[in-house]
Amino acid sequence: MSIWEYANPKKFMQTSAWVLPWAVGLTVACLVVGLVWGFFFTPDDYKQGSTVKIIYLHVPSAMMAINAWVMMLVASLIWIVRRHHVSALAAKAAAPIGLTFTLVALVTGALWGQPMWGTWWAWDPRLTSFLILCLFYLGYIALWEAIENPDTAADLTSILCLVGSVFALLSRYAVNFWNQGLHQGASLSLDREENVSNVFWVPLLVCIAGFVLLFVTLVLMRTRTEIRARRLKALLARERVA
Amino acid sequence: MPDLGKYAFAVLASYAATALLIAGLVALSLWQSARTKRALDEVEARQGKTDG
Repeated sequence: MSIWEYANPKKFMQTSAWVLPWAVGLTVACLVVGLVWGFFFTPDDYKQGSTVKIIYLHVPSAMMAINAWVMMLVASLIWIVRRHHVSALAAKAAAPIGLTFTLVALVTGALWGQPMWGTWWAWDPRLTSFLILCLFYLGYIALWEAIENPDTAADLTSILCLVGSVFALLSRYAVNFWNQGLHQGASLSLDREENVSNVFWVPLLVCIAGFVLLFVTLVLMRTRTEIRARRLKALLARERVA
Repeated sequence: MPDLGKYAFAVLASYAATALLIAGLVALSLWQSARTKRALDEVEARQGKTDG
């Protein structure tokens, strides 16, 4: 039994068909519990007031915007090194999900920033690197669409993914590299001193689990679509030749 | 409904925008999945093959 068995599209389709209903159920459960708990059953923060409720959307989406790119990077490296088509298709499938999470993080950040910082936007290191990450997502998706040959598209998008990883890392660590920005440090940390209060932390963890599961569910679903689309293209090409 | 005070717009707009973006992504993914599966089923039926 090896992980590379799942590089076989047939094996991937069989396994993902079994996993998907469970993933959907767990995603819905975590998101409903986390968001209802966070929105209805947590108090206002003494400084931020009710805007603290935005944390349950902003932090998980920002984390997943970066983690989605990291997953795409790993899948792209597998494509470059081992030429497994499923990995290239999984990276392609993850990009619109990562873009959506990036947009959620940017929009909720702006809506939180206006009352707290007095501005919707600032050219702060973390905000700026996040905007650049968003543009990389758009470029990555556009590049896949622009190239007819799927193997060439996978090669070129993998290189773009490697380059974009610099900004994914910058988005994560910008507040540590530069101290002059508006954006505060991490809300979650292994160092308990830096963490938010437990009353916010526990529902936040449930929301993060929900966003991770949402990402996994959508990647599985979209990768299945990409595998089917590739097979469809191959069958149509064969039909044209015959 | 909790009392959101003077920040009601920021909080509600955040939840609405997130719901809209994620619902859009899920709807798009489901639509693309159904459309591709239907097209593949048609071609496979025509060529006498099974889904892989």
